[in-house]
Amino acid sequence: MDIDYVAEILEGSPLAMARVMTWLENEDERARSCMEKIYPHTGNAYVLGITGSPGTGKSTLTDGVTWQLRNKELTVGIVAVDPSSPFTGGALLGDRIRMTRHSADPGVFMRSMATRGYLGGLAQFTRGAVKVLDAGGKDFVIIETVGVGQDEVDVMRVADTTCVVLVPGLGDVIQSMKAGIMEIADIYVINKYDRPGADQLFAEVQFRVDQDSSIKDRSWVPPVIATVAVEGKGEDDFLEAITAHRTYLEQSGKLLEKRRNRIHEETLQMIHHELFRIIRERLTKDSRIEQMVEEIMNHKLNPYNVVEKVVDEWLPASRLK
Amino acid sequence: MFSEKDLEKIKAGKKKWSEVTLAKTLSKAPEKKVKTTWSGIPVETLYTPAEIAGLDYESKLGYPGEYPYTRGVQPNMFRGRFWTMRQYAGFGSAKETNARYRYLLGQGQTGLSVAFHLPTQAGYDSDHPLSMGEVGKVGAAIDHIGDMRILFDQIPLDKVTTSMTVNAAATVLLAMYLSVASEQGASWDKVGGTIQNDVLKEIICRGQYIYPPKPTMRLTVDLIEFCQKNVPTWNTISISGYHIRESGSTAAQEIAFTIADGIAYAEACAARGIPVDSFAPRLSFFFNAFTDVLEEVAKFRAARRVWAKIMKDRFKAKDPRSMMLRYHVQTGGVTLTAQQPLNNIVRVALQTLATVLGGNQSLHTNSYDEALCLPTQGAVTVALRTQQIVAEESGACVTVDPLAGSYYVEYLTDKIEAEVEDYIKKIDAMGGTLTAIEQGYIQKEIQNSAYLFQKSIDSGERAYVGVNKYIMEEPPVTDLLRVDMKVGEEKAAELKQWRAKRDKAAWQKALDKLREVSKTDANVMPTVIEAVKAGATVGEVCDVWREIFGQYRPKEFIS
Amino acid sequence: MAEKKIKIIVAKPGLDGHDRGAKLLSRIFAEAGMEVVYTGLRQTPEMIVEAALQEDADVVGLSSLSGVHNYFFPKVVELLKAKKLGNVLVVGGGIIPLEDIPTLKKLGIAEIFGPGTSTDTIVGFIKANVKSK
Repeated sequence: MDIDYVAEILEGSPLAMARVMTWLENEDERARSCMEKIYPHTGNAYVLGITGSPGTGKSTLTDGVTWQLRNKELTVGIVAVDPSSPFTGGALLGDRIRMTRHSADPGVFMRSMATRGYLGGLAQFTRGAVKVLDAGGKDFVIIETVGVGQDEVDVMRVADTTCVVLVPGLGDVIQSMKAGIMEIADIYVINKYDRPGADQLFAEVQFRVDQDSSIKDRSWVPPVIATVAVEGKGEDDFLEAITAHRTYLEQSGKLLEKRRNRIHEETLQMIHHELFRIIRERLTKDSRIEQMVEEIMNHKLNPYNVVEKVVDEWLPASRLK
Repeated sequence: MFSEKDLEKIKAGKKKWSEVTLAKTLSKAPEKKVKTTWSGIPVETLYTPAEIAGLDYESKLGYPGEYPYTRGVQPNMFRGRFWTMRQYAGFGSAKETNARYRYLLGQGQTGLSVAFHLPTQAGYDSDHPLSMGEVGKVGAAIDHIGDMRILFDQIPLDKVTTSMTVNAAATVLLAMYLSVASEQGASWDKVGGTIQNDVLKEIICRGQYIYPPKPTMRLTVDLIEFCQKNVPTWNTISISGYHIRESGSTAAQEIAFTIADGIAYAEACAARGIPVDSFAPRLSFFFNAFTDVLEEVAKFRAARRVWAKIMKDRFKAKDPRSMMLRYHVQTGGVTLTAQQPLNNIVRVALQTLATVLGGNQSLHTNSYDEALCLPTQGAVTVALRTQQIVAEESGACVTVDPLAGSYYVEYLTDKIEAEVEDYIKKIDAMGGTLTAIEQGYIQKEIQNSAYLFQKSIDSGERAYVGVNKYIMEEPPVTDLLRVDMKVGEEKAAELKQWRAKRDKAAWQKALDKLREVSKTDANVMPTVIEAVKAGATVGEVCDVWREIFGQYRPKEFIS
Repeated sequence: MAEKKIKIIVAKPGLDGHDRGAKLLSRIFAEAGMEVVYTGLRQTPEMIVEAALQEDADVVGLSSLSGVHNYFFPKVVELLKAKKLGNVLVVGGGIIPLEDIPTLKKLGIAEIFGPGTSTDTIVGFIKANVKSK
């Protein structure tokens, strides 16, 4: 008997949620019709993003927040993204280890995912996974990613509240604060606060936040929270900051604005992704792309007229001449 | 040890030999691919005085029983008394294990070594849900003082020394042991033995942790402090490299990380205000022995030298006993193969020889069937006889440190010492052992060695008899020792009775008191003794601390 | 459609702390292109099956050296079936007497890899026997 995945997801079935996520990962066509049908049931979950360099204790923090949320009887979905090896294509997904205490709790669904080098962008896929959890009835969805590269910044745009985790002694603060982090961080967490250099890091981050806020005249000034996640210290402050940011977004109307922007961006990206997918598939199917490359190499063609030709071929009406 | 002139001559001689005599042979037949020790230290064709030119006899080797103890901690080593032959044993119920102990003592074994089943080690009672399937499997099921009484029934605890492998729950099991000793009428100053009590390596590699590092270290030091005052000849900790090696480290890493743990314990004791010469003489160690005989001998010699130096220079010990690295050895469990299991007897014999030539204080030899199951009685007997043959027949015991002065062994000893000191430096620079463990540095180093070793076996680059070379078809081995699943049910029923029978009020009072004392900085040992006497089980005592200290949530590092 | 990856859960059931093999194989599986979820120690069969469910795993690899395989391995298979995950390939390794293997296989464990098995053999078996979903 075939499983009605849509109905099952809406009832919160982990089996169905897990399978549709796999289809999303594999860019399997079966995902699309499911996503279309569950879409009307999304938009209820609050989405939290947690990012930071490897070794900052993100999983432990995620575990702590999950614990706090469960104590308030809120259900939680987690998507933990770890990098794939560019050499072997494999991945070690270790975040589950830190979440052992939730592993028998039906109120928590956790999915580990590898970055895989998605041609369509990791963000595309993460968005899908978040929607599945959202439609599956999770009150909170937490996305956890490693690093602060462009991919991660894109992923974080999916979140309503984004937390950037830093630790003393990694020395990457200034670098990461330059690299677009200031733009996405709603909350800073200084984890492993029992380590030397914590106070200094705190002051440094606070200084940059103040500086940035005074220039940009922000209505939300990101708080800086100190935690020792392995001991559960600061977990409640962290949750309080999240709640405060949520309240701010809701009361100021920024949540709707944020979500509208997100739909705008997402829709454009999805169109881009789909067009790209179709064209890529056709060009690779009969090795046409290889012929083109050959001809460009031999200077018979150039990339500019190839682009024009390809686009005209499939989208003749789209060109504004 | 050699004059400049002699060394010049030898260097020139070796060069000539290499270019003429050796070159001729090499031109006819190439050498094998692997030219390293089992741990991967590169090895040359020939060692001469030139490779150990810097070795100063008096300061680096010296004399047995004297600093830096490279040649041994006793002046005449095995010419006086052999090492303690101590077979690790335990399975099923306390009663079955007691019978095995009495058999082993009857066969000439000179000390006991208790294997507790995993629930006891992890601080759970036999009827806890996590104990399902585990009761009596890899050790004796000991839940309360009643079990401890049966375990040592008719074994005089002031005559036999006992080693107990229990770490995070060490305080509880030692409390039971001491209480049973008192019941037998044994005075504590006559009670001797060792408790493993090494919680750091549980976090690094063995997995039987309960509490986070800080509170678990506090319990470790509580036990050390209590014994220092009340059980003067008890070895309060067995700082263990055995499991580090089993999880894949090299020989040098085994010593380096064990000594790093040792430094952390010594620092914790010093921070408690215990003078170094009061606790250090009772620190003992536990190492592995693999089949590469000469590498192992060098490893043991290097370990003694490094530890002596650390205790003298870093901890300012004055008492020579503080500087002596005394250790138990177990032959390498992971070196045993499930294929052609009788071959393991030979491996264990070589490992025994390596241990004895290295100058140990006690030894457990593995049984040849341990890659298949728990050891059967026949296999245990062969293992014990292996020690007795090496002791009585091999000639290894007739003089002290017989391999000293071998150019190769001295070279390896220096090499391993240097690698160990390098690691200690790195760990110090990270902020110490606890930080290195927390950051997964030690774990990753071990895993990486395990990985490289596995690759060399998979590729066939390194030969392993019966595994990737000299393979043959063989019928499955039968008549294995099995522990009946019924032990679990029986133990659960017994526990129910135990809890019903004890004096509820006294039990509650003792646990309440334990809870209060544990929240302060006071030593918990006296209160733990009261609690176990009042009938508290291992799980109940450990639960009190779980409540106060929380539980260790492991971080796993896969490199 | 993007390339499919084999997703494998590597788990240590029970209280056994010997995880050298489990960690080593996790690394080897990742190098063989699989996506590996290592659960850590002290897993109950329920926890392992919940992980397989949420991760939509293709394979569950169990490692046991404390003699509890006859209890834990079949229990995992049984719970997987109860969660409609009968398609998941279950393999095991550790200290497992050869004479136990026929029974374990009858109870649904696809293969048992004893000490000394080459890692290529294990990877090869998984790749050949994993079922599509």
